[in-house]
Amino acid sequence: MRFLLVEDNRELSASVAMRLALDGHAVDAAATLAEAADCLAAASYDLILLDIMLPDGDGRAFLARHRRAEDRTPVIVMTARSAVSDRVDALDTGADDYITKPFDFAELEARCRAVLRRRGGEAQSLRSYADLVFDPFAATLTVAGESRDLRSREMRLFELFIAAPGRILSKDHLCDRLFSFSEPVSDNAIEVYVGRLRKKLAGSRTRIETVRGLGYRLTDQAGQGGGA
Amino acid sequence: MRNIRAALAGLILALAGPVMPARGYEIEASAHFGPPDAARRLAVLSTTDIDFLRPVIEGWLARTPGIGLDYTLASSQEVYRAIAEEGAVFDVVISSAMDLQMKLANDGFARPLPAEMLRTRPDWSRWRNLLVAVAQEPVTMILSDHALDGGLPMPHTRRDLIALLRDHPDRFRGRVGTYDPEVSGAGYLFAAQEARLSDTFWRLAEVMGRLDARLFCCSGDMIAAVRQGDLLIAYNVLGSYAAADGRTAPGFVVVEPEDFTLTLLRTALVPRGAADPTTAEAFVAFLLSPGGQQLISAAAGLPAIDAGAFALKPYLRPIRLDPGLLAPLDRISRQGFLAEWRAAMDQP
Amino acid sequence: MTRRRPTSLRRRLVIQLLALSAVLSALIFLAVRISADRASEETLDAVLGAAAVSLAEAMRGGDRDGGSVTVDLSPVTFSMLAAMGEERIFYRVDLDGRTVTGYGDLPLPAELPDALAPRFYTVGFRDTELRVAAVRRSLMVAGRPAPLLVLLGQTRDGQEAIAEGLANRAALVGLVVFSAAAIFSLLAAGSLLRPIGTLAEAVGRRGPRDLRPLRDQAPAELSPFVTALNGFIARLRGTLSQTETFIAEAAHHIRTPLSVMRNEAELALRETSDEPARARLRRLIRAVDEGARSAGQLLDHATVLYRAGQQEMAEIALGPLVAALVERSRPIAAMRDITLLPSLPAEPLRIRGDAVLIEAALRNLLDNAVKYSPPDSAIDIVLATLAPAGGGAGAAMAEIRIADRGRGLDGAAPQAFTIRFRRGSNVGDVPGSGLGLTIVAEAAAAMGGRFDLSPREGGGTCATFALPLPG
Repeated sequence: MRFLLVEDNRELSASVAMRLALDGHAVDAAATLAEAADCLAAASYDLILLDIMLPDGDGRAFLARHRRAEDRTPVIVMTARSAVSDRVDALDTGADDYITKPFDFAELEARCRAVLRRRGGEAQSLRSYADLVFDPFAATLTVAGESRDLRSREMRLFELFIAAPGRILSKDHLCDRLFSFSEPVSDNAIEVYVGRLRKKLAGSRTRIETVRGLGYRLTDQAGQGGGA
Repeated sequence: MRNIRAALAGLILALAGPVMPARGYEIEASAHFGPPDAARRLAVLSTTDIDFLRPVIEGWLARTPGIGLDYTLASSQEVYRAIAEEGAVFDVVISSAMDLQMKLANDGFARPLPAEMLRTRPDWSRWRNLLVAVAQEPVTMILSDHALDGGLPMPHTRRDLIALLRDHPDRFRGRVGTYDPEVSGAGYLFAAQEARLSDTFWRLAEVMGRLDARLFCCSGDMIAAVRQGDLLIAYNVLGSYAAADGRTAPGFVVVEPEDFTLTLLRTALVPRGAADPTTAEAFVAFLLSPGGQQLISAAAGLPAIDAGAFALKPYLRPIRLDPGLLAPLDRISRQGFLAEWRAAMDQP
Repeated sequence: MTRRRPTSLRRRLVIQLLALSAVLSALIFLAVRISADRASEETLDAVLGAAAVSLAEAMRGGDRDGGSVTVDLSPVTFSMLAAMGEERIFYRVDLDGRTVTGYGDLPLPAELPDALAPRFYTVGFRDTELRVAAVRRSLMVAGRPAPLLVLLGQTRDGQEAIAEGLANRAALVGLVVFSAAAIFSLLAAGSLLRPIGTLAEAVGRRGPRDLRPLRDQAPAELSPFVTALNGFIARLRGTLSQTETFIAEAAHHIRTPLSVMRNEAELALRETSDEPARARLRRLIRAVDEGARSAGQLLDHATVLYRAGQQEMAEIALGPLVAALVERSRPIAAMRDITLLPSLPAEPLRIRGDAVLIEAALRNLLDNAVKYSPPDSAIDIVLATLAPAGGGAGAAMAEIRIADRGRGLDGAAPQAFTIRFRRGSNVGDVPGSGLGLTIVAEAAAAMGGRFDLSPREGGGTCATFALPLPG
């Protein structure tokens, strides 16, 4: 996906951009409304992350202009003020959602996904591996032509596996991505979700292997040789 | 009145003259009623003969035991002088001389009477709250039974009388009598009031003057003269005297002139210097009460105050009880009036 | 230490009005009395004067030799004079300085009258007081003119009686005027002071947070007071508003670096596999989250206080508002596999309220529900109308119930949770500031609504947020 990030704080902008890039998204960063307008004129984006307080104006005014131009690119407003009225104003002006700084990337992802799903989903985002077809927006997994619904955490867990098939993902890494940092997580919590995901994969050529002491990985049993 | 006084000589009556010689006014008689040792004694000064008021006084004393009443009889002039000039102490003053009573009241010698006593009195029978009438007496003319011998017409008005006298001068010459206003206070009052009401007074005076009318001091004397045959007609006689006399031996008729008949009001007042004003007021109240009025008319023979009489006999004119009575009393006015009267009487 | 009673405007006004009307009544009484006295005196004087003149005209000079005067007093004149109230009459006729008839002791006027115009004077005589008319003319007596002075006096008892009657009537009029004025002054004081009462009531009726300026129509005299009061309210509002702005700015200045810190920590967490370092990074992130959340709630709280003071009510469709809020909470809930199950009526359920307050309250409630719910559970959100309690008394309410399957109230009284910075005893390791429910309770109170927490049947908590429906 391609993001337009409009944020004047360079450090924050860089960290958000890097974080999104790590997840495989393309990010254009704009520090002012003027730059943002230039970017929008040059390219089309899947989603705009918009700060409210910018050196050359109010993000909400930009949003209003954007909506008047009938640009349907979804917008998520990032606000540091978090005043209730700011949030209400942002929604009234046409933002699709807002997120309060600082935010959990998992929450940002979830909100992006929700916004995009509301906008009708993105067909090109379907991913396939072996006999699996994964639709992250519809949260469905098709195993050998049979469609199976994934719950949110199952889906996010599967997204991690399908993003890097064959790679070993440590329990810690998975925990960090799956659970909020403020959520108490027991040691076997990740095993519960891996177990659920294995059931959803039943009948597939693929499976999630436990690599003792290291973590888990998604493998294609048909191409056995490809594994380590 | 003197004849009556003489007639009463045998009664409980004492001649006051020798008893109180220091007195500055003359009295004619006095009488004492009630228990001689009564602690409270009411002093009454009056021009009315004692006999007339005896039943009334006794009636009152019967109702209010323990009170005595001293009755003093005097002429109207002396009554006035006693109160106005001599400062005599009396509790009640009753007089037929309306003008003098009025002067007493006007000049401040009368004591106000209680309002409730006067409330029911007709306006013409009182003046302010000072003077109140206890009896009303028409002033009449009396004709001897022989006056009209030969079928002469009965005179009903002064005009009739004038015509009768003028048409028969021979019969009436020297046999017509009336008051001498120069001597009699009542006579002057009647003359002044008549002159005020009608011009016929002067014509009558002229006619009587031509007939050598005889002049009297009192009603009683005139009645006596008629009875004795000396007079055929007596003009301006108090009706009550005529009636009282006529009761025993008629011999004359009483005529109330129908053009107008003056009606004298016998009035009572309580002097300012009264010793016992409360009892005095009680006595006056009794005189005015229905019981007192009945005694006055029935026993005393004085007509009670009766507003109905004026409706029954429209020619009755009560002499107005107001300061108008004062004008004729004026010395110079009186002199002028009497001078004219004399001139009218002294016809050549 | 004498305590002075506060002065009463009403009493002062009434007393002043009463004093004024008393003076007015007295003036009316005096005016009626004096003018009536004067009018009746003038009338009676005219009659008396005419009588005296006619008396004087009736005097005729005496004979040349008689040397005296002819007096013809008219009884009619006397009667007429006396008839006016049964007055007493006194007269005196002086010729050439010598009393010829009448009352010789009747006092003479201080100044002799001119020609035939009568002179009037009042003088005490014997036991009474007389009004006397004096007339002067000349008579030919014994061939030479001699001055004639005629005095005619009458008592004025009747006039006095009439004057007394008039005075009584005037007093009655004065009394009526006074009574009317008294009633009027009570009413006037009431109506004059009513705006003050109205104003006091308008101020008193306000909720403790109502900081709108007074817009009631006040009389011009009260407008400085209203202006001052509004100025005070504006300053108070300004102070509150500054507080909000300050907190907002503070939040901004804290949150942006916190965001950078959190992002960097998260990135670092992905890049390191050294377990002790990862644990530290996780603690760091947790601390940042907690700080950010507290800052947010402080700001929310300030906002709620401020908005409660503004009372900027508008018509709000509660149904769509709740639906949007639920929609916006879904992503967070979904992260923990929590399902939000809204049950909304078909109609929009319009109420009067402040959208910002409602949003703050409901978001806090939803956040709480999500936070304390176990994974894979469901939260029921029900919007319904509630008939007035007791069958008619009070307004119907729109009620939002948010029921979770969390750890519940642990037996604590629900009110305890709405106290600032107080948290339940069983929050465990869930971060929170303890302000969330305070915000909800204050928002409800500001809009005349109600907030309850109750244990849910079968475990969990049911939060009820109710707002009055317009009658």
